[in-house]
Amino acid sequence: MQLLKRNRPLQAVHYLLLSLAVFAVLFPPAVVVLNAFKGTEEYNVSGVFDLPNSFFNMDNFRTVMNIGHMGRAFYNTGIILALSLIGNILIGTTAAYALGRFDFKLKRAILAGYVLATLIPSVTTQVATFSIIKNLGLFNTHLAPVLLYLGTDVVQIYIFLQFIRGIPFDLDESAMMEGASLFRIFRSVIFPLLIPATATVTIIKTISIYNDMYIPYLYMPAQKLGVVSTSLMKFAGVNSAQWNLISAAVVIILIPTVIIYLFLQRYIFSGIVSGSVK
Amino acid sequence: MYSSLYKKQKTIILFAFLLLPVTLLILFSLYPGANLLYLSLTSWDGYSSDKGWVGFDNYREIFRNSEIFSVFGHNLYYFFGGILQNVVALYFAVILSRKLRGRNGFRVLIFLPYIMNSVAIAYMFSYVYDAQHGSLNALLTNLGLGDLITSWLGNKHMVNISLALISMWKYLGFNMVIYIGALQSIPEDLYEAARIDGANGWQSFRFITWPSLLKIIELSMLLTVTGALEVFDLPFIMTKGGPAGASETFVTKTVDTAFHYSNYGLASAMGVVLLAIVIIVITVQRKLILREEKGR
Repeated sequence: MQLLKRNRPLQAVHYLLLSLAVFAVLFPPAVVVLNAFKGTEEYNVSGVFDLPNSFFNMDNFRTVMNIGHMGRAFYNTGIILALSLIGNILIGTTAAYALGRFDFKLKRAILAGYVLATLIPSVTTQVATFSIIKNLGLFNTHLAPVLLYLGTDVVQIYIFLQFIRGIPFDLDESAMMEGASLFRIFRSVIFPLLIPATATVTIIKTISIYNDMYIPYLYMPAQKLGVVSTSLMKFAGVNSAQWNLISAAVVIILIPTVIIYLFLQRYIFSGIVSGSVK
Repeated sequence: MYSSLYKKQKTIILFAFLLLPVTLLILFSLYPGANLLYLSLTSWDGYSSDKGWVGFDNYREIFRNSEIFSVFGHNLYYFFGGILQNVVALYFAVILSRKLRGRNGFRVLIFLPYIMNSVAIAYMFSYVYDAQHGSLNALLTNLGLGDLITSWLGNKHMVNISLALISMWKYLGFNMVIYIGALQSIPEDLYEAARIDGANGWQSFRFITWPSLLKIIELSMLLTVTGALEVFDLPFIMTKGGPAGASETFVTKTVDTAFHYSNYGLASAMGVVLLAIVIIVITVQRKLILREEKGR
């Protein structure tokens, strides 16, 4: 390690390749940002890499917000995200407590069920899920994606289960000595100790739900129920080849996540690491 | 002593805490899986109440009709892209785990695509790849590489490479961050000791870093294989499988077979085949890992 550090030509190669990677990462978003500020006439005569006349030209963004209904899209995404996160945390912590702390008859069967659920490619089972959602009367409601995010992606169970196994059982026992009920133990001992795992689940689920397109596309096609992904698809479909407008829509969707990411990157990195090494 | 006291409570807790999660699990994962299996043995068209039993005909069709199975050839691009992505991610992880000026900035930037909305990424790259107005062709022209200009999504020899590159662009940083996490869990003393024993950089990578990373590399490879088998979003949004089916993947073809051609029986059988392949891959992988652990 030390020897390599002093190896200057090699160091230069590392920096060169890193710069290349950064260029590749930033090239597509940079072009989108440059062109999001160009009016249609301006766009038609300028080159892709030309700076816009003004970075204060908000016309495209206004069009996107009004015609693309992006405000509503963020609201719908926000509701689904909040409900799914609360549900995931409740279901994940309670199920992990039951499965991680007690022995009972069906335990092995339930664990096997969760393993199986991770293997089934959910895109291909939509026919059955669709009829269930329809029969429950939940088609075209916010609850449809929420229930599907709770029932099909079960990674939260593994994260909590893994974590709860690391909490010493002595804690439960000493609480029992003091006569605490099991529910009390869960609420006052286990749940607070699961907070790091809860943070991991929140991060991983937020990324996957914000980015999901297929479930809202299938289960909430109603115009007023568009989430960010599906609203962008609709907007881009109507304004195809108007790249300045599409660019503005892309920028609007990317900005919130990029800002949150820059503030929380440390937590996001550790969340990703502990979430994948389950 | 406590067990008798808490026995009743335990029953109540188990029931209360597992009822909802298990109901959701059965309703939205296990039942649909079982239903997939059942439908794969019928010729259901998606709407009529009659689900004609056809036995294994759908499966015969999949293996006989070369058009269906050959689609996996398109998934191969994502698989090879995924391997390359893992190699590059590992390289970046190793150099960014050292004391390198600006390493945090590089980490943050390289990971950035992973948190971006996938539909936004799809349109962003549609713009990059656009034949007339695209920035990639403009960049090539500016660099004097005008000969390379092509319609990146319209050329049937190019389209899968173009799409696989987006997937690499998005997931490289994710792999890198996981590798960095694994690298940081290796105790620094090991390197220290190796250095005192006169090991050079390559040797400490070969005998300390690599063995500690093996498990996480295997996990990443597993994700790469299943990810490549289940590619869907990018071709679905960007090319609709075109031009002329050149960028169809097994999953987009399955979805098309069901929702477009109303052949739910065949589509379900394709879903089951995909599930079977995933299970085989995972089983083989587990066998390999177990064997290695025994060997140690």
